[in-house]
Amino acid sequence: MSDFVHPIERRMAFTLTSEERLRRQLADTWYVPRGIVGWFSVADHKTIGRRYIITAFGFFIFAGILAGLMRIQLAVPNNHFVGPDLYNQIFTVHGTMMMFLFAVPVMEAMGVYLVPLMIGTRNIAFPRLNAFSYYVYLFGGVMLVATMLLNTAPDVGWFSYVPLAGPDYTPGKRADFWAQMITFTEVAALAVSVELVTTIFKTRAPGMSLNRMPLFVWSMLVTAFMVIFAMPTVVLCSTFLLLDRTVGTQFYNPAEGGDALLWQHLFWFFGHPEVYIIFVPALGIVSSIISAFTWRPIFGYPAMVMSLVATGFIGFGLWVHHMFATGLPALGLEYFTAASIVIAIPTGIQIFCWIASLWRGRPRFHTPLLFVLGFFAIFVLGGLSGVTLASVPFDLQVHDSYYVVAHFHYVLLGGAVFPLIGGIYFWFPKMTGRMMDDRLGKVNFWLFFIGFNVTFFPMHILGLEGMPRRIYTYPDSMGWGTLNLVSSLGALLLVLGGVLFVYNVVRSYAWGLVASDNPWGAETLEWATSSPPPVYNFLHIPVVEGRSALWNRSPDASVVTGIRSDVREVLLTDVMDAEPVTVTEYPEPSIWPFLCAVVTSAFFVGSIFTPWALPVAIPPLAVTLIGWFWPKKRDHAREMEEHAGDGTVPPEGRLRALREARA
Amino acid sequence: MIFRFGGDQSAFDPHGPIARSIATHGWWLLLVCIAVYFIVMTAFFIALARRRRETDDLPETSARLTRNVGIAVALTVLILIGIATSSVVAGRGLYSPSGAGAITVDVVGHQWWWDFQYHDITPSDVFTSPNELHIPVGVPVVLKAMSTDVIHSFWVPNLMGKRDLIPGIVTNTWIQADEPGVYRGQCAEFCGHQHAHMALQVVAEPMDKFQQWVRHQREPASEPSTDEEKRGKDVFMQSPCVTCHSIRGTDAGSHVGPELTHVGSRLTLAAGTLPNARGHLAGWIVNSQSIKPGNRMPPNALAPDDLQALLAYVRSLQ
Amino acid sequence: MAVEARAENTRRVLDVAALPRTVFGNQGLIWWGTTGFMVIEGSMFVIAIVVYFYLRLQVRDWPPSLPNPGLFYGTANLLTVIVSLLPAYIAKKKAEAFDLAGVRLWLAILVLFGVASVVLRFFEYFTLNCRWDDNAYGSIVWLLLGMHTVHVATDVVDSGVLLALAFLGPNTNNRFVDYSENSLYWYFIVAWWIPIYLTIYFMPRWL
Repeated sequence: MSDFVHPIERRMAFTLTSEERLRRQLADTWYVPRGIVGWFSVADHKTIGRRYIITAFGFFIFAGILAGLMRIQLAVPNNHFVGPDLYNQIFTVHGTMMMFLFAVPVMEAMGVYLVPLMIGTRNIAFPRLNAFSYYVYLFGGVMLVATMLLNTAPDVGWFSYVPLAGPDYTPGKRADFWAQMITFTEVAALAVSVELVTTIFKTRAPGMSLNRMPLFVWSMLVTAFMVIFAMPTVVLCSTFLLLDRTVGTQFYNPAEGGDALLWQHLFWFFGHPEVYIIFVPALGIVSSIISAFTWRPIFGYPAMVMSLVATGFIGFGLWVHHMFATGLPALGLEYFTAASIVIAIPTGIQIFCWIASLWRGRPRFHTPLLFVLGFFAIFVLGGLSGVTLASVPFDLQVHDSYYVVAHFHYVLLGGAVFPLIGGIYFWFPKMTGRMMDDRLGKVNFWLFFIGFNVTFFPMHILGLEGMPRRIYTYPDSMGWGTLNLVSSLGALLLVLGGVLFVYNVVRSYAWGLVASDNPWGAETLEWATSSPPPVYNFLHIPVVEGRSALWNRSPDASVVTGIRSDVREVLLTDVMDAEPVTVTEYPEPSIWPFLCAVVTSAFFVGSIFTPWALPVAIPPLAVTLIGWFWPKKRDHAREMEEHAGDGTVPPEGRLRALREARA
Repeated sequence: MIFRFGGDQSAFDPHGPIARSIATHGWWLLLVCIAVYFIVMTAFFIALARRRRETDDLPETSARLTRNVGIAVALTVLILIGIATSSVVAGRGLYSPSGAGAITVDVVGHQWWWDFQYHDITPSDVFTSPNELHIPVGVPVVLKAMSTDVIHSFWVPNLMGKRDLIPGIVTNTWIQADEPGVYRGQCAEFCGHQHAHMALQVVAEPMDKFQQWVRHQREPASEPSTDEEKRGKDVFMQSPCVTCHSIRGTDAGSHVGPELTHVGSRLTLAAGTLPNARGHLAGWIVNSQSIKPGNRMPPNALAPDDLQALLAYVRSLQ
Repeated sequence: MAVEARAENTRRVLDVAALPRTVFGNQGLIWWGTTGFMVIEGSMFVIAIVVYFYLRLQVRDWPPSLPNPGLFYGTANLLTVIVSLLPAYIAKKKAEAFDLAGVRLWLAILVLFGVASVVLRFFEYFTLNCRWDDNAYGSIVWLLLGMHTVHVATDVVDSGVLLALAFLGPNTNNRFVDYSENSLYWYFIVAWWIPIYLTIYFMPRWL
């Protein structure tokens, strides 16, 4: 824009009646459709976010049950609870489901739900794409569950090394399902990431410059960028695998110029950032919880932001540490040792700043904070074992042993799941309007904390005692039986904790204490509206005055006006300092994203079986896309109003005059 | 806490120079980690438990906390540099032995067994030793590792860190034992159904005994002496055994499965899964699928007399 | 802390009624969606080209026991798409000036160029002188060409739909933003054809 139009600061009269009228009009405009067709047409970020979270936890429970089966099989030597074929499917689906269908989607889902609220806007950008991504994710997960129930699940490990996963050594469709499941989840995650970047950069409330954004929003921004740069690689490598298996390409076949290590490079180039994609949002959750339960902003905001960004960048330079045993040149390996050690520094900075935050405030020990404390105790240990793994000589002993299994459960469960559960306890009042039971929550925490450590700490020792991973049984003579039994008993405690968590969620949803707008007295914008928020999020878009949006709010703080409430108008602001730039219109709910997801999913599954799936899928895909994007009067009501109907369009200046005359 | 750092397959029970170097470095790493963990958790608990003061929210306190965080970060950097240095030092010599007099053995990985191929100048003196690697004490043994099918990983924790066996590539490593003994190793890269049962034995012997073993291994299979053994050899030659197994000195020459020329003198059967005893051998021959389901050897229904004869013959192949 | 009104009061407001409702480029949302998509697909192209060179390092001969790809159709395609940058650019300018007739004309010309490119692409496959299942070289060459083809085809369809909408209406102000951003995607496709073309057709001759 050559001449930048500035918004006008003035005073405006409000009455209770005008507020009530506004409330009703916004509720009408931003309605959530009802009925069966309506259920599939919803494009509201809160509804989609809740569905994502619930679905992800469903997969968490399924994959957790699989882990329980593994622990039963491994509890005693030479066990016959499950045979090798079933065990291999179980551990593969456990890992695959946890990584692709639970951990990444649930973190993205927390972002989908919370980010628009935290930055003061009414919906996520590209809301129909958001809906589409959820259905694609759901269908991909359902496909994987179906394979497990039909005894045709992938059985080559969650990272599916070739040539084992290639056409020669895994005949049938198992590994094809795995590779295609990647496509499902990757499409969903990439779509959500583009939405998050756009939402965070373009739709923040006025006054929320980048250096006033909540740390959770920063963590989701960094995560979204990591997804955008990392996931294309796994798309490509899983596509290569699928092509090798279905149409005879030779990417991974050394006999025809391909390379087995190519898979490892490509997969881990994605795979290492993947774990940071899971972990970085959890860092944002920890910051949110600590600040709310100490009633202080987090210490060292600039350092915290730079640490998040640095983690995002450095995370891309570590991948070869998964390949230390493959015989790559030593000098190259030393570089990856250095990088893998260096990434401990930004994480360490965050830990120290959190300790400083806890130092200053007086912590109130409710359940969310307990889970954050659990995160500290567990994640720091996991991070330290990670530093040991960065050392090539040490890694050559413990790589692919139970030591590594211990390490990654410490950093993933401790570093991501504990903050996540704490986040659920924290934001449950906001999402449902009821408090979760705090006493049950504390029991829940202790069951998880003790159960986790009893299950996974012995695995460090087992790895050092030479127990490799991914073995369905072990001989009695190795002396691994006792610690395995201890670990399996710990898993029992984890299961109990899980049951209690689900019970607490269900019970609180039905009978929990009714929650006020801001039961914790927290600082971010989502707590400025009711619990649960109205479908339009905020009655008035606030103008933000400081880093702690609520604690820094003056009594006479400004709000935005001049946006229509009878159409779905949303304010767009500038990337750096959130200066208002324009007003855009978001589309209405629609059934087409769901239908498009159905066709897309059918195409993905069909293409495993026949290349004809592509030409067959194109016509219905075209139909659903046209339905999705075809402009309807409802969707762009304001624009349609302004359209003269004679092929000419009033220029922007005249439109402005019309608008001002109407206001 | 149950520590079993001694005994089979323990990285902290080194019996060779590589494992010893790694174990020493590993102890330092763990000590540093424990120390750091206790320091961080102590600071953490103090932060949680301390009584709040009026001065907590003043800018001076912020400045002091900033300085302390800075010190903590600086200490972190120093410790990490120390770890990295220790790692590089411990890693020297991991890749090729500095000592002289090295022997070379090819390690060939299969689903789900190991083939150790000893080469010599005279081609007729090449022999293989499935699942059992004999090495002389105190002498570095260079290993050239390759795979015929999928990725495996050769790992003998008492002696050395692991090295992957990758189809299409030859990877190099070396192994050395400083004390005589039998050291168990196991495949450490998931390779399919029976990854769990792909173990190996490293037998370290003084040089003279090792050379005696080599000379014996070079010899073809012993001829059957008793009638039962002769009958057993006939059973072997007329049954599906010959489609996969070779016995040097006979007509059986297939290299699909492990060579059986000296199988009677090996410590274990089926890649460390079974002790090498008559009853176990019988069970393996008749129905290996019940012991190692999914392995490549089909069940063999044999008449009882034939089985006894076969057992006698196979066990005579010392 | 509620952002509610007190009874019969005035309060400070930030009035955005005067802001324009139509903005081009990175001030609006379409640009961000398109750019996000381009970054994702661009990352895939980068990795695919890296894989090409990785596989090249695995073997001695390149292409391994196969002739070089034929130059004619690939080069013709390169020239076609480079020339097509002109109608794409003009269409973008017309869109930003709300010139509907101009948009209709130049978008139609762009679509014609796009169709020509797709036709030439069809013939390129036949003169690659390798099959996807011959060896890893054949696989990566077909993959690179295939990935780019998907994008060209998608954009031609995209542009075709927009062309239809330009005639059918309604041509609201924000529809012109769609016409403008469409050219961005076309620039992306042309820009990537250059390194992919060089990789497929000249690396076998240079390396």
